[in-house]
Amino acid sequence: MITLYDYELSGNCYKLRLLMSMLGVDWKTVPVDFYPGREHKSDWFLRINPLGQLPVIDDDGLILRDAQAILVYLASKYDAAGTWYPRDNPALLGEVSQWLAFADGITATASAARLHDALFYDFDVEAARTGAHRLFRILDEHLWFGEQEGRDWICSASHPTIADIACFPYIMLSEEGGISRQDYPAIRRWCDRVKRIKGFTVMSGVFPAGPAKAA
Amino acid sequence: MTKTRCTDQVILDLWHPLAALSEVAAGVVVDTVLLEERLSFAIDGEGNAAVWRDRADLAEGSPVDIAVISGKLPLKLAYGYIWTSLGNPPADLFPIPEFDEVDRRKLNAATFGVNVSAPRAIENFLDMGHFPYVHTDILGAEPHTEVKEYDVEISVDRDEILATRCRFFQPMASTASDGGADVDYIYRVPHPYCSVLYKSSPLDESRLDVIAVFLQPIDQEHVRAHMLLCVLDEDNEDKVIKRFQQTIFGQDKPILENQFPKRLPLDPRAETPIRADKSAIAYRRWLSQKGVTYGVIPAAT
Repeated sequence: MITLYDYELSGNCYKLRLLMSMLGVDWKTVPVDFYPGREHKSDWFLRINPLGQLPVIDDDGLILRDAQAILVYLASKYDAAGTWYPRDNPALLGEVSQWLAFADGITATASAARLHDALFYDFDVEAARTGAHRLFRILDEHLWFGEQEGRDWICSASHPTIADIACFPYIMLSEEGGISRQDYPAIRRWCDRVKRIKGFTVMSGVFPAGPAKAA
Repeated sequence: MTKTRCTDQVILDLWHPLAALSEVAAGVVVDTVLLEERLSFAIDGEGNAAVWRDRADLAEGSPVDIAVISGKLPLKLAYGYIWTSLGNPPADLFPIPEFDEVDRRKLNAATFGVNVSAPRAIENFLDMGHFPYVHTDILGAEPHTEVKEYDVEISVDRDEILATRCRFFQPMASTASDGGADVDYIYRVPHPYCSVLYKSSPLDESRLDVIAVFLQPIDQEHVRAHMLLCVLDEDNEDKVIKRFQQTIFGQDKPILENQFPKRLPLDPRAETPIRADKSAIAYRRWLSQKGVTYGVIPAAT
């Protein structure tokens, strides 16, 4: 059984809850008091992850850190159809990896702005917001052109990949860092598509999709 | 008297919370903002504390001996928090007698920054109608959406709002719950920016859990929300109890931050209330009667 070291309000932890829910994988949770307790910097947690970061999983003794790395592992191990992380398609794998790195950029900007506003982290919030808008603009254009070609997801496939999961949480939570998605209509449509994936689950701050509009 | 950016004397004269004592490192300066004024505070770990206006010679994080600080602001340590005032505060803070009961768990669930006016946040705290939609499967669930008739009074001698006989079906009322139940609620608003709610304890039907929200106004449209839990729970670790409350608050946060206008309109014609909003109507009227102007849009006179 997978154990997830988890903080409810963490978008990076949510990525894993989201994928495990979509894959139908069971897991148990060890809550970590990230805030206000800073338990991720405690001695016991640093022995599990010396970087002092969430999330971490323990899958029958295999301990892994880093949200994107864990997405790769979970999809490779538990997705029998092999679509979430398409190991037999080099071009698609390259795209997935490219957007996983992009997701780290979203964490460094949109998530940083949220930590500043909600949890009082001492970050340069204007730089974080500017950086997030730059990334959102790039993703919005990418998704818009994709829609013109009949592509619904971030990567060139007819199905979502872990790149969609990696990018979704901190985009959905961006307004908590003062970053509006008003100007990114293709991102907003893509968010609704993610919310309609079977097995989708919410976290605090993310609401389910409304009823689908009749065409 | 130093000039303040906030000119609302009612608000200036109140006690305001700054931080949970359990989260302040002893002996070093901590900076914060209250009513647009930069303040600093420190505790010494022996039950002493001080609050003062931010100054260059006492930078955040530097060691400090609070005994030698001059120009201190009013100070109160209550309910696990440090409180101060920028005006002439009353001798006492509102009472929460349950805080003295020794078998209760007393925790700061968290202090969160929220992009909302303090009165909008209080009003949301008083509202039961959103439970099934915002706190789905925790504090409410469809089809149990009706807010049943309840009583609201403005207590003149205690100068607070009291909503009683509130009752709501909750699938998971607290960490100590083992299933859905009709839960009784009592709400108090004993301070324009603070509210205390009482709800049935799953452990002891003769007692009530206490959850309070103490809002620290940063400015008219931003708060630091401090959440006191004073609950009966014999089994769960502190972090599990905190996590439950943070989950709830995290669900409210986007709702609070998308309120428009951000300041609470006090004109009775500004927003159309329904029956379930009785306590909100009383709250708005009470703020009007007090002459509160900070964080609100006062009614036209």
